[in-house]
Amino acid sequence: MSRQVHHERITPVIQKAFTFRGGVHPKYHKESTSSSPSRKMDLPAKLGVSMAHHLGAPAKPLVAPGDEIKTGQLIGEAVGLISAPVHSPVCGKVIAVEPLPTILGRMVPAVLIEPQKSDEEIAMPVLGADADPVVLLARIGEAGVVGMGGAGFPTRVKLSPPKDKPIDTLIINGAECEPWLTSDHRAMIEDPDGICMGVEIIRRILGVKTVRVAIEDNKPDAIAAMEKAISRLGGDVGVTVLHTLYPQGGEKQQIYAVTKREMPRGGLPMDVGCVVENVSTSLAIFEAVAKGRPLTHRRITVTGDAVNAPANLIAPIGTFYHDLIEACSGTKGHVGKIIAGGPMMGFAVADRGITMSKTASGLLVLSDSPEYRSMACISCGRCIDACPLRLMPSEISQCVEADDIDGAEQAHVTDCCECGCCAFACPARRPLVQHIRRAKALILAKRAAQKK
Amino acid sequence: MDTSFIIVSTCWIAGLGLLSGIVLAVAAKYLTVEEDPRIAQVAELLPGVNCGGCGLAGCMDYARGIVLKGMPPNLCAPGGAECVKRICAFMGVAAEISEPKTARVLCGGSTKTAKRKFLYNGIADCAAAAATAGGDKGCPYGCLGYGSCARVCPVNAIRVVDGLAVVDKARCISCGKCVGVCPRKIIKIVPSAETLHVLCSSKDKGPQVKHYCSVGCIGCRICTKFAGEAIVMEGFLALRDYTKQPPNDEAAAKCPGKCITKG
Repeated sequence: MSRQVHHERITPVIQKAFTFRGGVHPKYHKESTSSSPSRKMDLPAKLGVSMAHHLGAPAKPLVAPGDEIKTGQLIGEAVGLISAPVHSPVCGKVIAVEPLPTILGRMVPAVLIEPQKSDEEIAMPVLGADADPVVLLARIGEAGVVGMGGAGFPTRVKLSPPKDKPIDTLIINGAECEPWLTSDHRAMIEDPDGICMGVEIIRRILGVKTVRVAIEDNKPDAIAAMEKAISRLGGDVGVTVLHTLYPQGGEKQQIYAVTKREMPRGGLPMDVGCVVENVSTSLAIFEAVAKGRPLTHRRITVTGDAVNAPANLIAPIGTFYHDLIEACSGTKGHVGKIIAGGPMMGFAVADRGITMSKTASGLLVLSDSPEYRSMACISCGRCIDACPLRLMPSEISQCVEADDIDGAEQAHVTDCCECGCCAFACPARRPLVQHIRRAKALILAKRAAQKK
Repeated sequence: MDTSFIIVSTCWIAGLGLLSGIVLAVAAKYLTVEEDPRIAQVAELLPGVNCGGCGLAGCMDYARGIVLKGMPPNLCAPGGAECVKRICAFMGVAAEISEPKTARVLCGGSTKTAKRKFLYNGIADCAAAAATAGGDKGCPYGCLGYGSCARVCPVNAIRVVDGLAVVDKARCISCGKCVGVCPRKIIKIVPSAETLHVLCSSKDKGPQVKHYCSVGCIGCRICTKFAGEAIVMEGFLALRDYTKQPPNDEAAAKCPGKCITKG
């Protein structure tokens, strides 16, 4: 009964405001890096450019040890449809081509490069924003642009929706709802015109009229900068100010918050006429088209209470995590946990010898590594209130604990976006997301076996 | 007091009971499903642990398989030679008696000998641990020690001692359930009579192995000199070939990595 009352109270509010149902309010900790300008990182002594920055098959290395390579040179070739090429971020010499661990612990081939100080650069010919959409799309593919918000879906594929799915709204995601991270925030303040030029290119490729830049209301400076820049584009463009609520940057939540359209189960944004691109991706598209530069550098927030000088760095892709930490004057005190990405959806990494990928928006070094003892579900329902996808994490996790994977499937575990709100809200400190991931892995394995 | 309702209801219940009894008796006579009586008898001869090691759903299913589909009677690992002999005698068929087998975890890296990369604080399941940054064990091939194999074992033959799964040879019925559940695929079904085993599955080079484990195979090949063809090298890992017999157990004492054991 009490839950029904809660719904009646909250539903009219979310229908008017730019937000969604559910979500949590973690502590944001953004102040340590949000007001200081990004800094270009000095060349590290060694780079390890991984061949897997994206979903799908890793790229195929094209260089051999001993090769002299230049900035922007193609070093990894895309394999298959859902794949993207990889380019060298520096001039230098290839030391080795050997497997390096990714943040998930998978060993993937990587090109180890010893950088040299040189300005030689292989750039692609500059294109104007008024070029043919097919040419623009091909350029985005060649430049190896992937979704830089997290999943790393190749942008070329995302920007070629099938003909029967008309797109009418382009949403540029500047929500950056993850605590600690400010790389998108700084990009919007430092290069709003670049982002808007990227928006213009995407708008041309997709042929959409409506463009909305979605920014949470805790970044007033970014809202002001983007409003000024986007208004110059003309047409139906604007900034949508979202409530500050995690996970406002999630694709499904953001589409609902901006357009009030709900994505169907198992569907894609194009099913509701939307495409969502991250602000950093938009910037990378601008660089690829207007400057002919492939995606080789990105902004990354190196922060946390165990870092001496937290900062946003513009670092070459393939930089080792220990070099990133060194560039921020190293660590102080006890280092309890290193997280690639934000604290809600990021992955704790086991060592600092992992290299930065195209999707790395943050590196978090925390002093605390709390050891939780998880307990039995107390059926309080807080995870159900927190879940932005209206799932029942409590039920799913209990199914998984009882090895009832079919039960978890019936509770729609595969719809989960792993945002972590449930585990954040759980007073019994149950590893809900891990249970869900385990169920998903088992369901995928079962489906693969059925196909055979 | 009127007691007639007691008598009436008693009569009703008794009458219903009688009627149901007659219906059931008639049904048992005319609707009975004829099943080969040998199925129940063969099921009696099987050990009845329902482990599924034969590949069927349980002992009753296997008995049906033997009687109706003519499956070989030597698939039951828990029953052993005695069981095969009895079924052969009962069914009047001949079958080769396979040698007794036991499961073996081919890893020796306990918490004392192998390093851990990080503190794993998630759910106690090997597959879940392996999916977290590749598992907390320093060795990417070794036993994770969260006991997924112990939980599926129908006879409680596996215990996790110091972060390492150990099979109790006396209890193991070699059903193979643990083999399928291990995410590292390091449990093998081996002949029980064999005494020489290589307890390492790391394919890494020697210096790397030394980095994370003090009882790992470093690929030095010394064992191959003593064990004849019973130990073969595959890359940097010594592999015990159970189809061949070693001349003696000398290799165990000579192994500098201390990963070859006797017994």
